[in-house]
Amino acid sequence: MRFALSLGLAALAAGLTFSALAAPADDFKAAYAKAEAASKQAVALKTQWTTTVATLKSAQAAASAGKYDDAMALAKEAQALAEASIAQAKQQATAWQDAVIR
Amino acid sequence: MASTIRVRAVAGADTTEVQSLIQHPMDSGFVKDSAGQLIPPHHIEVVQFEHGGKTVFTALWGPAVSKDPYLKFSFKGAKKGDDLKVSWVDNKGASDSLVAKIQ
Amino acid sequence: MLRKLLLVGALALGAAHSALAADKVDPKAEFKAFRDYFVGRFPKVPLDDFVNGPYSMDAGLRKQWKAIEEFPPYDFAVDKGKEMFAKPFANGKTYGDCFPDKGVGIRQNYPYFDAKSGQVITLELALNQCREANGEKPLDYVKDDMAALTAYMAFTSRGKRFDIKISDDPRALAAYRKGEEYFYTRRGQLNFSCASCHVQSAGNHIRTEVLAPALGIMAAMPIYRSEWGSMGTISRRLVTCNSQVRAAPLKPQDELYRDVEYFLTYMGNGLPVSGPGARP
Repeated sequence: MRFALSLGLAALAAGLTFSALAAPADDFKAAYAKAEAASKQAVALKTQWTTTVATLKSAQAAASAGKYDDAMALAKEAQALAEASIAQAKQQATAWQDAVIR
Repeated sequence: MASTIRVRAVAGADTTEVQSLIQHPMDSGFVKDSAGQLIPPHHIEVVQFEHGGKTVFTALWGPAVSKDPYLKFSFKGAKKGDDLKVSWVDNKGASDSLVAKIQ
Repeated sequence: MLRKLLLVGALALGAAHSALAADKVDPKAEFKAFRDYFVGRFPKVPLDDFVNGPYSMDAGLRKQWKAIEEFPPYDFAVDKGKEMFAKPFANGKTYGDCFPDKGVGIRQNYPYFDAKSGQVITLELALNQCREANGEKPLDYVKDDMAALTAYMAFTSRGKRFDIKISDDPRALAAYRKGEEYFYTRRGQLNFSCASCHVQSAGNHIRTEVLAPALGIMAAMPIYRSEWGSMGTISRRLVTCNSQVRAAPLKPQDELYRDVEYFLTYMGNGLPVSGPGARP
């Protein structure tokens, strides 16, 4: 029991030091790449939102200014917006029929 | 070069009704362009209508009047076939005038 | 037993419905349904008046519009368009050489489906195709010069009844269908379709504006919008409508834009050309 506990604590400590070493710039790059990929998919589906474009831009600007917390939040928001726009296109692909005046 | 002034004056029993449309950017000087630069003021300052040698109507415009301004007024003492002269001067010193027949 | 019958019945109906939806595109039937909807909803509006958009929906606005029409703000654009239309290209040809009837009084026939190129040709596209065929640079679809040309062409066609043709060519039907889909599809972060405003909320207010009914909504184009302080082509309006609902606009004269213009103008068949128009 005590051995498992100390092993757990050691692992926790190792994890903490490891994440402290990873650069926030790299984390942002990864998050931004994900968001940008989703945004590009939205463009391909002709369902891009203006707010997705604007949020990506703000994320990049925040990162360039070194504000990585803001940049990360904005990148994640951009990804969420892009994914919502893709979901909208997928749903509307059949839903539009219900609105047609017949 | 076509005139910037269009005018239509119709003589009634008692009064003559005048309408005019003048082509002019009427930039107030407070609006910025897409690059963020202020668009300099460029607007008509005075518009005058003359009949029988007398000024029958004067408008003192400025930055508050919008693009391609429309104006309508009536005056007495004219009849069909008379001349009506319209002229304007803007803040850059440019001007234009037109003489139209009252219908 | 009854429950089984009902279940089978429902399944059969469901199958029939989806078969209808997937197979047959019936523009004539949809045209009638579209018109009946608006006439039924606004029984006091004379049919031809629908082309006046918000003015057919609001008496106060109409009064102001009548006053503006005494000296319309699009007058300058019509004059400029007339001048531009008459001026020959560098090679000596004119716009009139590209169009039937020398380009006079033909607005009511656009857009049309071109069997040769397999695409919808709008008036704006045709004008730029004419320019390029004669060695001239194309005009920007959303700016004043294009608007001046289409304003003049609309003006010479005033009163003529729209007569958009949809042949049995499956590609024409497909273009109609794609335009219809575009019209009814929700888009943008605000999740509006064209129909959200111009069908469901026609005649209602959106902020200070009165929404025009979709029936005949193309008839007054191009328009001088007081909001813009300038003329606007169909391309300009579609692009701005998109960004207003926070949808990234397509390129002007994108295939989908031309398809929706095809669909909407067809829905207004029989109504008179009222362009160029003045709007708030």
